[in-house]
Amino acid sequence: MATYKRPDGREYDETRKIEAKVGVVKRADGSAMFSFGSSRAIAAVYGPRQLHPQHLQNPEKCLLRCYYDMLPFSVAERKRPGPSRRSTEISYVTTSALSPVLKLEAFPNAVIDVYILIIEADASTRCAGINAASLALAHAGVPMTELVSAVSIGKIGDAIVADITKEEEDYKIKKDGKEIKAATDIPMAILSRANKLSLLQLDGKVTLDELKEAIALGKKTCKKIVEIQKQALKKVKEE
Amino acid sequence: MTEKKETREEKKEKETKLEERSAEENKEKERIVVVPGEVIASGSGFLPGEGTRREGQDIVAARFGLFEKTDKIVKVIPLSGVYIPRVGNTVIGQVIDVTFNGWIVDILAPHLGFLSVTECGGYVNKKDLTEYYTFKDALVAKIKAIKARGIDLTMREKGLRKLEGGMLIKINPTRVPRVIGREGSMINIIKDETGCNIIVGQNGVIWIKGRNVEGEILAKKAIELIARKPFIEGLTEKVKEFLHKERKSENKEAYEVKERGERKERKKN
Repeated sequence: MATYKRPDGREYDETRKIEAKVGVVKRADGSAMFSFGSSRAIAAVYGPRQLHPQHLQNPEKCLLRCYYDMLPFSVAERKRPGPSRRSTEISYVTTSALSPVLKLEAFPNAVIDVYILIIEADASTRCAGINAASLALAHAGVPMTELVSAVSIGKIGDAIVADITKEEEDYKIKKDGKEIKAATDIPMAILSRANKLSLLQLDGKVTLDELKEAIALGKKTCKKIVEIQKQALKKVKEE
Repeated sequence: MTEKKETREEKKEKETKLEERSAEENKEKERIVVVPGEVIASGSGFLPGEGTRREGQDIVAARFGLFEKTDKIVKVIPLSGVYIPRVGNTVIGQVIDVTFNGWIVDILAPHLGFLSVTECGGYVNKKDLTEYYTFKDALVAKIKAIKARGIDLTMREKGLRKLEGGMLIKINPTRVPRVIGREGSMINIIKDETGCNIIVGQNGVIWIKGRNVEGEILAKKAIELIARKPFIEGLTEKVKEFLHKERKSENKEAYEVKERGERKERKKN
């Protein structure tokens, strides 16, 4: 049995408080906010619209352009605004996590721009970003097969836990008088209806069985997240 | 005089009847919000309409919107998002480029509109197309065809023309049916109350031209009110009330200004 104790007293399969809201950016075609506790992302979708420069146009399907960035005040140490190695990578994986559900053939030669901004960061920001972007795309009326939800599963010490925080990400254990890193972060995006994964990243060490366990927990957690996303979208009419 | 009164009463009766009917119809059609991937009907008794998709036995929502069932066909009406062009729609656009054989018109859709010289409705000297329509001109046009490369427009129909003067406002294209109302009831109220000439494009661009700026601004405010609160009940009544109230306060203001001016003149004298 796992002995790891979570610093905020959560169960292993419990997420932080999730908030989701649709229609937060007035001038965008679709927008949403999504947060895991104090990891908060805002996504704005523009388009489908005309794509310039023309050489990027694809006569077969629409181009999906995701832009992920953390705002300077989102972390304790000021983050220099603008693209970095990390944000470029996350923009890329977000694009590939979202594109399987979108019906991009409906708008040839056009572009859909997705801007994801992290306004408060406390680990698993890319998952919050994907969740917000998925809501914003639905709000923009883009045809899609289902909503994408994402969660980061971690192997902290000897336990597999859902929705890790920054504190857990930096978890260390003492071994032979030395401190070694004992946390593995596994962010994943899941298509609950199709029962498929569209994003799976891993940095650290896990065994195959642990990975299987992590994916099972991810699928279970995403089922809950997708319900929250649906509720957020259904609230639009009441406003 | 009596005749006029009668016609007015008749008009009112007609309006109330129309409203009653629309209210009944709204009750019949239970509208719920659906999200992509939600199963909205199952069995072979239903046919998938716009915004839906068949997956085996089930009909699944392909986009976010309001679910509506009419007879056998189920469809999803969009609640938000950009304008998706349809053949036959009347749209308002702006000329953004002039080429050797036509004009390129921005109609706020995923693709640009193209108006060919042969479709512009009138004889054109091909040497200089800018004499006819030039940059930044606003046009009412109809969508003739939708191709992969763009949208073909036509102006060879009644009521399609260049818009001169007035103001253009933009609302969400999904609100256009509410702004127009059943058989044009809503837009006619705004037209009557403000004395403005209004053209509503299916792409959410609305052209307003009145005798004075005050009327135009009032019409703009009323349209924005509809666009902001499309789901409340008795919207027609609310808009009427709003227009009456605004006009009263406007009259009062105008009166006050006039009075002040008179007082000043008196003082001078």
